[in-house]
Amino acid sequence: MSKLPSSHAANPPNKTRRTLLKTGIAGGAVLVLARWIVTSHSPEESPDARGSALDPQARAIIAAIVPVLLDGALPDASASVEARAEVVAGVDLAVAGLPPGARKELEQLFALLSFAPTRCLVARVWAPWPQASPESIAAFLSSWRDSRFDLLRSGYGALHQLVLAAWYGNARAWPAIGYGGPPSLAIG
Amino acid sequence: MATTATRPAALPDPFRAGLATGWKVFDASALKQDLSLDADVVIVGTGAGGGTAAEILSDAGLNVILIEEGPLATSSDFHMLEAEAYTQLYQESSARKTKDKAINILQGRCVGGGTTVNWTSSFRTPEPTLAHWAQEFGIAGFGAADLAPWFERVEQRLGIAPWLAAPNENNQALRRGASVLGVSSGEIRRNVRGCWNLGYCGMGCPTNAKQSMLVTTIPAALARGASLVTRARAWTIEHVDGRASALHCFGLDPGGTDATARKITVRAPTFIVAAGAIGSPALLIRSKAPDPHGVVGKRTFLHPTVVSAALMPDRVDGFSGAPQTIYSDHFLGVPPDGPLGYKLEAPPLHPILVATTLPGHGAAHANWMRQLAHMHVLIALMRDGFHARSPGGSVGLNDDGSPVLDYRLDEFFWEGARRAFSSMAEIQFAAGAKAVMPLQASASSYSSWAAAKAGIAALALEPLQTSVVSAHVMGGCPMGPDPKRAVTDLTGRHHHLENLYVLDGSLFPTSVGANPQLSIYAITAKLATGLAARLRPARLG
Repeated sequence: MSKLPSSHAANPPNKTRRTLLKTGIAGGAVLVLARWIVTSHSPEESPDARGSALDPQARAIIAAIVPVLLDGALPDASASVEARAEVVAGVDLAVAGLPPGARKELEQLFALLSFAPTRCLVARVWAPWPQASPESIAAFLSSWRDSRFDLLRSGYGALHQLVLAAWYGNARAWPAIGYGGPPSLAIG
Repeated sequence: MATTATRPAALPDPFRAGLATGWKVFDASALKQDLSLDADVVIVGTGAGGGTAAEILSDAGLNVILIEEGPLATSSDFHMLEAEAYTQLYQESSARKTKDKAINILQGRCVGGGTTVNWTSSFRTPEPTLAHWAQEFGIAGFGAADLAPWFERVEQRLGIAPWLAAPNENNQALRRGASVLGVSSGEIRRNVRGCWNLGYCGMGCPTNAKQSMLVTTIPAALARGASLVTRARAWTIEHVDGRASALHCFGLDPGGTDATARKITVRAPTFIVAAGAIGSPALLIRSKAPDPHGVVGKRTFLHPTVVSAALMPDRVDGFSGAPQTIYSDHFLGVPPDGPLGYKLEAPPLHPILVATTLPGHGAAHANWMRQLAHMHVLIALMRDGFHARSPGGSVGLNDDGSPVLDYRLDEFFWEGARRAFSSMAEIQFAAGAKAVMPLQASASSYSSWAAAKAGIAALALEPLQTSVVSAHVMGGCPMGPDPKRAVTDLTGRHHHLENLYVLDGSLFPTSVGANPQLSIYAITAKLATGLAARLRPARLG
């Protein structure tokens, strides 16, 4: 699995002032767009009545990216369905525990990804999330991970952290990684 | 979330036992009406600084109120589960970030603050650091000899002593690799008594072995009649004519994230700010405390940390055993005006911490995770703030008044990070690693030191491409004699508010160059003792 860093060696980052400027402008535009989507397309700002921190659109996005982010980590077949549902629930719980400012930023991220025009434009995922192919989702995740725009890289970072924490905090994930869980506190 | 470890009834929980005796502890999330309190001293924050001050001032007979933003969780609540601990005991569910999201900050937010969740590493402030503070910042009276009695006092109080059990393999490999290369290493002292060597210090100690503020100074203060208000967010300090007059707080909801309409007002003749190096400057900024020279919140330091993962032929089980027992200061032996120096340590390797720090996703990420038990990880903590090109970050406020730290990772930092990746990889190969991966977006791994050396030299190191983490926030309210450069004088008293003191890690004019808890304990113990001596005559008179 060792991968030589040849791609990076061949293409060292060349952040001239001009690309930085473009990055800044494009990043700012994406942010403005995301805020506009949130204010004009969200019925309410607060979490829904069931106490969920994520709206259905955000849950659909998480549900769609989980099998790709956790490719090779999730169990097979029927166990996978349950595991995926638990990861989505885990992300929801984690978002609920964030301060209002961080929740707001995530709300903007999910708004950007769920609004069809920006989903196509910024994520380049052409089908609605539940129908999107794993290949298109993988391409989206990789392009954001490797983006020259800080904003997209930080968006990838947020999805990465939320989903991986939700899975690897789940006892179901532990046998495959050789972790036996917390030790016993039984005395004697 | 299922609790996989059940707690035997025989395991004591002294804090809960204390509550049963009538300690004055209020949960502000349960308030039905606003609360107004009076005290001799109000302390914002219950971490290393606030906890230390609370015990000393209570011992002096002063009536103390402690304000804590986080929840009260005690040993019975500590189930050694990351998912539970990170969301309940840390700032922003352990996902606090710098403004550009490039650095993830682990910072405690619970009764005991960082001391409840830290990894117990205890270092006296390094002598070169104290010498630098004296020379560059005019901090007189804080030399190694001046502080020695304070170190001795808190070491005795908190059981800080050499760790006699064998290091776990994650630490042992650091010592082994360093020794092969002739790199110096040492053993880390820990603040524990009767430690079970479980390795879950970061999730709250379930056996009360860790001598955090939660099990030492705070219970002592409560037993002397101090009050503690939890889930209360200190918002502003009212001040008139150079004197602080009242602390205004909001209650938080039971989830601990959002403010409620409940207000808590505390009036006292003396105020202590000990909310940590992000919270303390933010409180002063929200309060519009006089800052004529614009120093509040500036020069905030993180020991920004880069991470190197390796695979060993044998099991490492880095999730088990005391998390940090071996260190190397070999690469700190650089002059303060030279390139960045760094301290090497090993971290605990629990699934969430590892999975969220490893770059990438999918099959490559899963492949590394499957080898968790064989994983060896080193961290390099960069000693920021010593060089003119290492000015640290700046704490400011978001639109909603919450704090945000703007910390730029520049070429000066990345040059140090690159050297640190090399040092770590070389040590890991010398210790027997089969593969080494600097944690960076390309997820490049190397199978020999020669390949790693060449690869690391060519790595693209940039914000949000390289995993950078921090567990040590310092500075932002530096002490010093010159009001143009410092927020407090050398007694910890605010230069412009005569009855307001800062007593926490935000006092430091640079990073410490070592895990900061013992520096905070000793320096705040010295300052709080001075304060107690000044307040007592006034009280008696």
